Amino acid sequence: MPGANISVWMITGIAVIVLGFAALVVLSVRRSGGIKRSFFASPYTLWMILFTLVPVVLITYYALTDASGAFTLDNFKNFWDSNYSVNKLYAEMGPEYAVLITRGSVNIGILVYSLWMALICTLICLALGYPAAYFMADKNMKYGAILVVLFIIPMWMNFLLRTIAWMSILEDSGLINTVLKWLGLPKAQLMYNNTAVLLGMVYNFLPFMVFPIYTSLTKMDSRLLEAAQDLGANPTRTFWTVTVPLSIPGVVSGITMVFMPSVTTFFIPRILGGGNTMMFGDLIENRFLFQGNWNLGSALSLVMMALILVSLGILRRADPEGEGSGIV
Amino acid sequence: MSRIIKRVYLSLILFFLYVPIVVLIVYSFNAGKSRAKWEGFSLHWYADLFQDAAILKALYVTLSVAVIAAVAATILGTLAAIGIHAMRKRPQGLMMTMTTLPMTMPDIVTGISLMILFTFAQIERGYFTMLLAHITFNTPFVILSVMPKLKQMNKFTYEAALDLGATPSYALIHVILPEITPGIITGCLLAFTLSLDDFVISYFTTSPMVQNLSTLIYSKARIGIEPTLNALSALMFLALLLLLLTINKRSSSADTR
Repeated sequence: MPGANISVWMITGIAVIVLGFAALVVLSVRRSGGIKRSFFASPYTLWMILFTLVPVVLITYYALTDASGAFTLDNFKNFWDSNYSVNKLYAEMGPEYAVLITRGSVNIGILVYSLWMALICTLICLALGYPAAYFMADKNMKYGAILVVLFIIPMWMNFLLRTIAWMSILEDSGLINTVLKWLGLPKAQLMYNNTAVLLGMVYNFLPFMVFPIYTSLTKMDSRLLEAAQDLGANPTRTFWTVTVPLSIPGVVSGITMVFMPSVTTFFIPRILGGGNTMMFGDLIENRFLFQGNWNLGSALSLVMMALILVSLGILRRADPEGEGSGIV
Repeated sequence: MSRIIKRVYLSLILFFLYVPIVVLIVYSFNAGKSRAKWEGFSLHWYADLFQDAAILKALYVTLSVAVIAAVAATILGTLAAIGIHAMRKRPQGLMMTMTTLPMTMPDIVTGISLMILFTFAQIERGYFTMLLAHITFNTPFVILSVMPKLKQMNKFTYEAALDLGATPSYALIHVILPEITPGIITGCLLAFTLSLDDFVISYFTTSPMVQNLSTLIYSKARIGIEPTLNALSALMFLALLLLLLTINKRSSSADTR
């Protein structure tokens, strides 16, 4: 794969980066009045350049070249045009979404499908998580702090094993079907479909929705609620006009923390979807590890990154101060 | 009435979160190998666990990578946070963007970009590359835990120490460091936990020869997970739970002092 001109590329890249780094250090030292504390950041700066910036540059390089190393935009064009039967995706999503994937392109189909699944997952997490966070943040709830810990503890169990544990619950001879059989009810097909994948996603990402909302609700000034009530608002109105608007930063942060990993999940669909469904993460992995097509895989990764940066930008608008970010 | 509704709702959500974990632990005591059928109580998976070389090796890889990566990221990140904090506004903003950006990058892209880097630099993927990757994704989290403590600190105490004749390094160790220690500990623990549970980035940055627990589980997921892995995770879960309880007890007794 690496062509002859790669070394030139690499040397130029490294030179530019090192020069930028040097400029940064000089700039910071010159301005901080003799104290060289800002030098402490230089190992980290070097590290990030080597292990974050250079890899991103390399991905971009691969995305913009073909197998021989020549410049091309074909990887992005291929993204739109690869031929593949989309029947499976029609079946998964229903004919009403067919319009979105009319070009017969599997990549677009999978992208739309991933976004769709991530969207539903985020909405379910919000619907389930908001009330949970709201109840936990309630002042009359004595055990708020303990409840937070109870939400964290499951995350200590390896997430792959937790997802696999759902198989023992959902599969044909699993817990639910055993109970159904015992009750004399017919067997239910619970695995290897969209619902199972969604269940796995909601299960894994729900805490990421609950924590930020909980944090923003506990930070809220409770006197505002009292004021609203004193001014004659009933509890429902207080909730919608005071509590909800004040919790928006938490909601935004929660949506980010659920939506981002949802789009790129690549283990859950394989286990609970039984490989019938493919999400964007699976597609990227497939292009790299099974097809060995690094150029196309890099292009897909770039599309993914661009998508996430754009959605982050949109979400930042809703939460300009970044108040809701971070659970720490 | 509404109180009952709240309790029932929260219990249901927690039930949903804990069901798979209970199932996992219960099946680690199952005599048979089946993932679904109960064939009687037995502890033999726990005994098998300590005979299974592959699992023990993966456990060793997971724990050692998590410890080394957490320590390295803590040193790198704490130094960086102190440095960034001392910077002027412009470079500081740039550094913080550099720090938050990789955190928003999807894991799969981080993993793949590092895989490309290692292949490109002709470094064979294995333990070392996995370690480098873990340090890389851990460090920003340490910085973000230490930074708020630095910002909360009264900046005049440092200057006062200098005025009273302390050398900058003495003031750094005896004035700044104690103030930011809670942030450093939080960051270190966070890094350790993230490293322990990571799958996606490890998957792309190691070879099938060197596996951590997550990649081992992944490679076995299709053929069927042995209950020994359930037993192992039940033990690890218990260990972490005990750790949490001790920390809690210590901090609460520290509060009353």
